[in-house]
Amino acid sequence: MPDLSVNIAGLPFKNPVTTASGTFGYGDEFRDFIDLGRLGGIFVKAVTGKNRDGNAYPRMAETSSGMLNSVGLQNKGIEHFCHEIYPRIKNFNTNIIVNVSGSTVEEYVEVAERINELDNIPAIELNISCPNVKLGGMAFGTIPSMATEVTAEVRKVYHKVLMVKLSPNVTSISDLAKAVVDGGADVITLINTLLGMAIDAERRRPVLSTITGGLSGPAIKPVALRMVWQVHKAVHVPIIGLGGIMNATDAIEFILAGASAIQVGTANFIDPAASVKIADGIESYMERHKIKHITDLVGALRTE
Amino acid sequence: MELKKLVEDLRVTGVTRLNKRHFTLELLSPVKLPLILPGQFAQALVENSPSTFLRRPFSIHSVDYQKNTLRLLIQIKGPGTSHLAELKAGDHLNLIYPLGNSFSLPFTKDVLLVGGGCGVAPLLFLAQFLNQNNIHPTILLGFRTREEVSEIDAYSRCGKVLITTDDGTEGEKGLVVDHSIFQREKIEFKKIYCCGPDAMMKAVAKIARMNNTDCEVSLENTMACGFGVCLCCITPTDKGNERVCVEGPVFNIRRLPWK
Ligand SMILES: Cc1cc2nc3c(=O)[nH]c(=O)nc-3n(C[C@H](O)[C@H](O)[C@H](O)COP(=O)(O)OP(=O)(O)OC[C@H]3O[C@@H](n4cnc5c(N)ncnc54)[C@H](O)[C@@H]3O)c2cc1C
Ligand SMILES: Cc1cc2nc3c(=O)[nH]c(=O)nc-3n(C[C@H](O)[C@H](O)[C@H](O)COP(=O)(O)O)c2cc1C
Ligand code: FES
Repeated sequence: MPDLSVNIAGLPFKNPVTTASGTFGYGDEFRDFIDLGRLGGIFVKAVTGKNRDGNAYPRMAETSSGMLNSVGLQNKGIEHFCHEIYPRIKNFNTNIIVNVSGSTVEEYVEVAERINELDNIPAIELNISCPNVKLGGMAFGTIPSMATEVTAEVRKVYHKVLMVKLSPNVTSISDLAKAVVDGGADVITLINTLLGMAIDAERRRPVLSTITGGLSGPAIKPVALRMVWQVHKAVHVPIIGLGGIMNATDAIEFILAGASAIQVGTANFIDPAASVKIADGIESYMERHKIKHITDLVGALRTE
Repeated sequence: MELKKLVEDLRVTGVTRLNKRHFTLELLSPVKLPLILPGQFAQALVENSPSTFLRRPFSIHSVDYQKNTLRLLIQIKGPGTSHLAELKAGDHLNLIYPLGNSFSLPFTKDVLLVGGGCGVAPLLFLAQFLNQNNIHPTILLGFRTREEVSEIDAYSRCGKVLITTDDGTEGEKGLVVDHSIFQREKIEFKKIYCCGPDAMMKAVAKIARMNNTDCEVSLENTMACGFGVCLCCITPTDKGNERVCVEGPVFNIRRLPWK
């Protein structure tokens, strides 16, 4: 049996397959479809300081090989998460990681500090890359000095594994990666959605209420792979890769490019069992290629 | 009540072309059908259609627990539904189901069902369910034209059927809200269930409100997942933004900000 376990910044994962924030709810929605204990981890929906209603409808447009969304961080805020959601999910037999979002440095710090108190949450993922909020959000993820600042401020109050999720909407992803490592990030997750737009020509109107939105799905995979590869060469912290992963082959490609683990996002909508099938598929790939440890594949792309 | 959701390949056992734009699929489940309630829907995977990336939602049109089959009524709109129209007996269709909430049982026997377009789909199942509870509703169905009037026999077995067509080729001419049952000073129904285009549901809701009649509508919305995790399908209600695929698709009009 090949060994799929990975250790990311000191945190053990039974396999490299996790699910992406915003595409997996709080995990319990998938209980009818899969055994959550088969996953390496679950990244739950973004949590902010206060309740957010999110953006107006319509929030979704289907595209060739993908979709645009403008959900806008709808959630009931950190107190609701701690009292209503955490008790419900804390005993899942997998790593539960919370995606932390905000509009100001203070908000990120407030949420991170509260989550630091929750025993069964071993890590947070700072979302400095959401394209769907007017204030902050993506600004933190596109200006290196701001990315360093928000990471460093959260680092002061958060004592477990600190992951930072990067936006692909930048000229140099390596500069942003270096900036968050300087701020104290233990792990880098990439990529969030690519800023895009859809137009209804008949009505001569934008499809989304916010005009622009975040593109996800197979359409963004080549961009995501390139960025994982560039960041792998630029910094020495572990990388969690995602963007358009639909099957085990896609996942292996991300691992070869330098990801220590991967996240399954939009694929969950089409096949709610996609994540578990990907874990099985990685195992058969390893058997077929006689790979004993998944870690032997991380960054193992041969370029000469 | 929480019902277990399944992801299954169902076998197509019957395709009935109702007219140019509508057809029904009868689908046989490989496992015992779960409990399905009227108003619930399924997310269908459209295979081999490159421009159809996401699943497509369809209401459950009827259920036959003895044959272990369910039926969908589909209107051809774009690439996804055109592709489904090519399915033949023996093919498979992957569904996630049953999804969403359901219509509630009424506290009265004076019940009216109103449907238009593909919005008639959940009403047959609802009418059959009401019959099992000894309620024989009046069923008002709106169609574009005579050629599209279909499955009237099935509805007639459940209750009294009234028809409108846009062009007057069958039943009364006009929209469902133009029907003579609505032209009286006070309508005779104590509960209305409605499904159809947005404008139609809003017009029916207005009549219900004026008559102080309880009314449930089944909303349509663009969906990505269909089971509550993407938050793309929201609608504003008295509790803020709620998911049409989980808290809906059926809402009491009291809870909607419709004037
Ligand atoms: C809960 C629910 C139940 C439904 N039940 C049925 C049913 O029983 N029978 C049936 O025929 N249809 C039903 N629909 C509508 C059906 O899902 C769409 O017609 C279908 O997805 C269109 O797919 P397509 O690829 O053929 O067309 P597309 O190319 O996706 O769309 C064609 C046109 O329809 C519009 N459209 C697409 N999806 C929707 C939607 N969900 N709401 C409003 N407009 C839309 C698009 O904007 C476009 O203009 C239901 C929708 C929902 C949300
Ligand atoms: C509907 C939807 C909601 C999302 N919500 C969040 C979120 O709350 N926080 C976040 O960091 N990323 C969010 N994302 C981005 C995904 O986590 C992921 O980065 C992106 O979709 C790319 O991966 P994919 O192509 O596999 O989906 C969301 C994506 C989608 C489609
Ligand atoms: S369609 Fe995803 S939450 Fe309703």
